[in-house]
Amino acid sequence: MRHIISILIENESGALSRVAGLFSARGYNIESLTVAPTEDASLSRMTLVTRGSDDIIEQITKQLNKLIDVVKLIDLAESDHIERELMMVKIKTSEHTREEIRGIAAIFRGKIIDVTPTTYVVEMTGPSSKLDAFIAAIDSDTIIEVVRSGPTGISRGEKGLHL
Amino acid sequence: MELNGAQIVVQSLKDEGVEYIFGYPGGAVLHLYDAIFQQDDVKHILVRHEQGATHAADGYARATGKPGVVLVTSGPGATNAVTGIATAYMDSIPMVVISGQVPSPVIGSDAFQEVDMVGITRPCVKHNFLVKDVTKLAETIKKAFYVATTGRPGPVVVDVPKDITDPRIKVPYKYPKKVTIRSYNPAVTGHKGQIKKAVDLLLTAQKPIIYSGGGVILGEASKELTEFAHTLGFPVTNTLMGLGAYPATDKQFVGMLGMHGTYEANMAMHDSDVIIAIGARFDDRVTGKLDEFCPHAQIIHIDVDPASISKTVKVAIPIVGEVKPVLEQMLEMIRESKKKPSKKALESWWKQIDEWRAVKCMEYDRNSRLIKPQYVIEQLYEVTKGEAYVTSDVGQHQMWAAQYYPFDKPRHWINSGGLGTMGFGLPAAIGVKLAFPDSEVACVTGDGSIQMCIQELSTALQYNAPVKIINLNNSYLGMVRQWQEFTYESRYSHSYMDAIPDFVKLAEAYGHVGMRIDKPEEVRPALEEAFAMKDRTVFLDILTDRTENVYPMIEAGKAHNDMTLRVADGTSTDRELA
Repeated sequence: MRHIISILIENESGALSRVAGLFSARGYNIESLTVAPTEDASLSRMTLVTRGSDDIIEQITKQLNKLIDVVKLIDLAESDHIERELMMVKIKTSEHTREEIRGIAAIFRGKIIDVTPTTYVVEMTGPSSKLDAFIAAIDSDTIIEVVRSGPTGISRGEKGLHL
Repeated sequence: MELNGAQIVVQSLKDEGVEYIFGYPGGAVLHLYDAIFQQDDVKHILVRHEQGATHAADGYARATGKPGVVLVTSGPGATNAVTGIATAYMDSIPMVVISGQVPSPVIGSDAFQEVDMVGITRPCVKHNFLVKDVTKLAETIKKAFYVATTGRPGPVVVDVPKDITDPRIKVPYKYPKKVTIRSYNPAVTGHKGQIKKAVDLLLTAQKPIIYSGGGVILGEASKELTEFAHTLGFPVTNTLMGLGAYPATDKQFVGMLGMHGTYEANMAMHDSDVIIAIGARFDDRVTGKLDEFCPHAQIIHIDVDPASISKTVKVAIPIVGEVKPVLEQMLEMIRESKKKPSKKALESWWKQIDEWRAVKCMEYDRNSRLIKPQYVIEQLYEVTKGEAYVTSDVGQHQMWAAQYYPFDKPRHWINSGGLGTMGFGLPAAIGVKLAFPDSEVACVTGDGSIQMCIQELSTALQYNAPVKIINLNNSYLGMVRQWQEFTYESRYSHSYMDAIPDFVKLAEAYGHVGMRIDKPEEVRPALEEAFAMKDRTVFLDILTDRTENVYPMIEAGKAHNDMTLRVADGTSTDRELA
């Protein structure tokens, strides 16, 4: 099953490599990994998407918790949560496809953020599955480049991941 | 007090109560060595190879329970230390390794003797630090000791760039009495509800067994374990790392378990209905084939490291905490409980165990005209009255030492269990001898292993650490040969050593006593003579039966009840007694 593990980690050089190294050393898979500073300058927040059986996920969370730099973590998949990913897609356009692309982008609530005589860049956020669906809806021959941030997430309701 | 970085390192070690540093100088640590030169409180032991430094510190740590301390230079000094760091990591040994690093401004420029020590050691340390600011140096060293010695212990590396130890830069020094790390709070006591559940299960067990490991020794809980076992009347088996945690001569002890464990220990594990694993981690050499591991048992597992629990074997009742307080909590509950272990069930369980014991799985040919390695270990046990510290290298000799030297006390059996590092025994013995100069220290080794760190004979001389080296010389890499015999139709690929040095002359060249023994009747007198030479390192080169194998054995991929036992003529058999 797919899990989104959200981690508060010391904002120190080498902290990221400890997490990445743990996954490669123990043969766990990382589907995506995002990391950015938080409102507390001493902490970074990392969102890691991985797949595995319950036993493997249990080991992953235990091994992550064992890293001295990991302050706290939650498995978002265990409870109700919101997941978002940012994507930018550069699409080749021609006079007769521009309208169609704008239409599809609008359906997916995408925004066109760059326009040249021959290209659009579409920006879109949403759960990963929605972004996949948009890509599928566009003629693949016209896609020049796709950039995705990897998912990040937050739990619903009052509880939150903090110190 | 204002000190420079080099002085801060030395003063911090002093304030930490460090007695010995094992190390080797080099460019990046010259400032540090200058500070060491100017004091006498922390004694430096100059090894002959950085691997030896880590093993010596490791041996010191295993024997004393105090952290071992290592100092190496950058680059090759640091990489040479890695094997010893990994060895300590696998066996959860507290160790602090201070490695020199090239000056901060040139880090990352492929400078002379530069290596990314923090990167290289990351997978084999409990934690590591790169010191970037001399004002944080003392605190970092304190943190290193704190992390290395608490929770599940392990090695910690502190990488110190040369400019941090610059003698010209002085800063105020204060060694913190205590440090806290917000993300590191190892559990101490166990969860009461879990302990209650465990006690209830134990008191209803029909065929229980206590499976205890190195965690009992690390957690200083031998006394509690013994009391626990005596209170319940259950059989006890120890892992290779746990030997000595429970007195091996006690009648409830059924021997070591696992690949070269006793028949009775493995059969009892296989047939048990309740297992309590105490400070043990279900290593693959213990479990054998996982799918068939203890099929009838409900398992209770006490471990200070939650990641050890249900890692390979799913357990019914996990208890996260230090072994000692958890056993104390359990004992109290057992005493207060109205329920008692079923006497009848235990009687019939012990009867079964005694039947397995009657197989006498450890018998060997005592009439051989060749020296049997098992006989040497038995004689070593008698000559040292079972009180020696015994270090070992890795291979057949290690298993024989574990099988035929019954350890009654913890911290006396010192070997590389997890990583299986050849070359460990001699430097470890030196570390032990420095810690306990009045105790006998024997290094049981083989002609392969001893040559991996033989240069430390020189260290033993320089620092007057007289150890006795028991070299079970069969001119083979014996364990490799044994596996090749069993599973590769005796194709002895590169397990034969046809250019073995004259160990007697070698020992003499290093300034020690060398003795060669090639007849069984010479073994006892030679050992007596060697141990009578209190202030000399003695190298006993004992030419043993070259084809002897370690029995019993669970071959790779087999289950506990599928052991290969020795048959009367000394050859092996696949017959299953199960």
